[in-house]
Amino acid sequence: MLTANNITIMRGSRRILDQVSVAVRAGEFLAIVGPNGAGKSTLLHCLSGALEPDEGSVQLNGRPLSSWPARDLSRRRAVLTQSPSLGFAFTALQLVLIGRSPHMGSNPGRTDLRAAAAAMQETGIAHLAERSYLTLSGGERQRVHLARVLAQLYAEEASERYLLLDEPTNNLDLGHQHLALSAARRMTEQGVGVIAILHDPNHAVAYADRIHVLHRGRTYADGAVPDVMSEGLMREVFEVTARLLRDPQRDRPYIVLWPGSRPASINDHPPERRHACSLP
Amino acid sequence: MHSTADFALITHRQAQKTAIATMIAALALVAICFVTIHAGAIHIPPGTATRLIAQQLGLAPVDDSMQALRTILIEIRLPRIALGVLTGAGLAVAGVTLQGLFRNPLADPGLVGVSTGAATAAAAFIVLGWPLFEYLSAPVLRHALPIAAFVGGLLTTIAIYAVATREGRTDVATLLLAGVAINAMAAACIGLLVFLSSENELRDLNFWMLGSLNGVTWDRLVFVGPLILAATIALARFARHLNALLLGEIEARHLGFDVERTKRWMITLVALDVGAIVAMTGAIGFVGLLVPHLVRLMMGADHRTLYPLSALLGACLVLLADLFARTIVVPAELPIGIITSFLGGPFFLWLLLRQKAQGAF
Repeated sequence: MLTANNITIMRGSRRILDQVSVAVRAGEFLAIVGPNGAGKSTLLHCLSGALEPDEGSVQLNGRPLSSWPARDLSRRRAVLTQSPSLGFAFTALQLVLIGRSPHMGSNPGRTDLRAAAAAMQETGIAHLAERSYLTLSGGERQRVHLARVLAQLYAEEASERYLLLDEPTNNLDLGHQHLALSAARRMTEQGVGVIAILHDPNHAVAYADRIHVLHRGRTYADGAVPDVMSEGLMREVFEVTARLLRDPQRDRPYIVLWPGSRPASINDHPPERRHACSLP
Repeated sequence: MHSTADFALITHRQAQKTAIATMIAALALVAICFVTIHAGAIHIPPGTATRLIAQQLGLAPVDDSMQALRTILIEIRLPRIALGVLTGAGLAVAGVTLQGLFRNPLADPGLVGVSTGAATAAAAFIVLGWPLFEYLSAPVLRHALPIAAFVGGLLTTIAIYAVATREGRTDVATLLLAGVAINAMAAACIGLLVFLSSENELRDLNFWMLGSLNGVTWDRLVFVGPLILAATIALARFARHLNALLLGEIEARHLGFDVERTKRWMITLVALDVGAIVAMTGAIGFVGLLVPHLVRLMMGADHRTLYPLSALLGACLVLLADLFARTIVVPAELPIGIITSFLGGPFFLWLLLRQKAQGAF
């Protein structure tokens, strides 16, 4: 289990995160949703160990993240950050194999190649294996990075691992958005706990077991999808007038918006709250 | 191209391509060494050179009639070639490391000021260190010079890193401008030091600013040579770290690398490498930029390939440039940095224009 207990992040005197607790179990898909500046990326950085919380603690299997040896940790959890920049001509396959760094010596072995092949098929980029990263489109690059973190977690048999995704659907077209989320969803079947920041609440509804709603640095709601998702939540957190309908076939809610769902008369957050989530 | 077997084949082909390229580069280096042993202001015929080396190694009786040629070959030309190989390999590897560390292909020990920082420290030590000279014996002093250059290189590397890097991202414009400022200050300092010094203390301004392999002897090389070699080999062991680091410091940490420790080691080793080289040769520009780029163009960005090939090609480039420097205006000699800068300057401009065209910095 990967847990954050009452974590607080201060930036000056502002609280970017205020007493937030969140936990994900092995095999569970948790979506983190919330408006811009709610602290989603900051929370993910805390969960990945990139950011030390000012108060509270993050634990993996009951052990503080900071006391895990880096290599052990990197075999158990992988992180897809937002648009990593890269100006060097690696091939897609080389990049995906860099994801295997925690598992291999200086050269990839059979398992590493199997991991790369599986991850690249899963994300639909196997045909790009020998292409230079610099010649790929934004969406193709995003899928290469997704394949890299999938390869990092690849294991021959089910075991407890965690996958942290910060807006995995960035730059992806509709079909590839669902390809990416399906790939993450399939990981849960092998014991991987997934935490994904998702912008589209319908993605959260369709793929997540549980939703954690962040609003102005605080936990607004946390629970199973049908319990949390409501027209009231959409109004209060996202400030949109939405309708929640039920898909009779899957017995799941879905959210419908239309032009004018977010009237300009609704005030934005106070300005100082709005650019609050980046790494220090 | 879909299955594991296909990927194994791709990886295997890549490894094969690397092996072949490395072999070709190594053969080229041997061939260039062969040419540079014989060519120069005084031509030494191949047979004679072989005989002289055999005599030196005690494999053949010493023939006193060839004393002059022996001095030229054994005491002047061979140490110069050894230094050329070490300098080329060391500068190219330092360039690869800085480019990875700054996550930018435009970093070069000369451009960002590491070389000139080391040169300034070395020159300052020669001119201002005289209070120490009375107490230290000559061999200790010889070793103190590369150490001074190392300290200068280290301070400059740390300074530019602190100036140009924020939150693990390096701003190229700031990096290059910091290099411009450091180079300007270093040129002023060296100019002042040359002005203050007597003739014996500093050979000349050209030596420190443009570099030269001239005047190296075995006993100077004995201490500094292994230092350059060790630093270069140690740097090449960070290939996998650099591959991950190119994705970003946070990403590298998520991949299980100890980023802070890696950075500290790389900065120290680069300073040691460049400092030791500069103490022997002055600041030779553009080798660290030119060579890694050519290798990347041909072989891609993987540092496991980039390091060994850059080292070999760097050695080739410096040996060729030095051969040119000492044969084109016989009996005089050009500073080698003039030649590397003639090659490197336009190449750097071309790179800038290309990056501008791609909109990528």
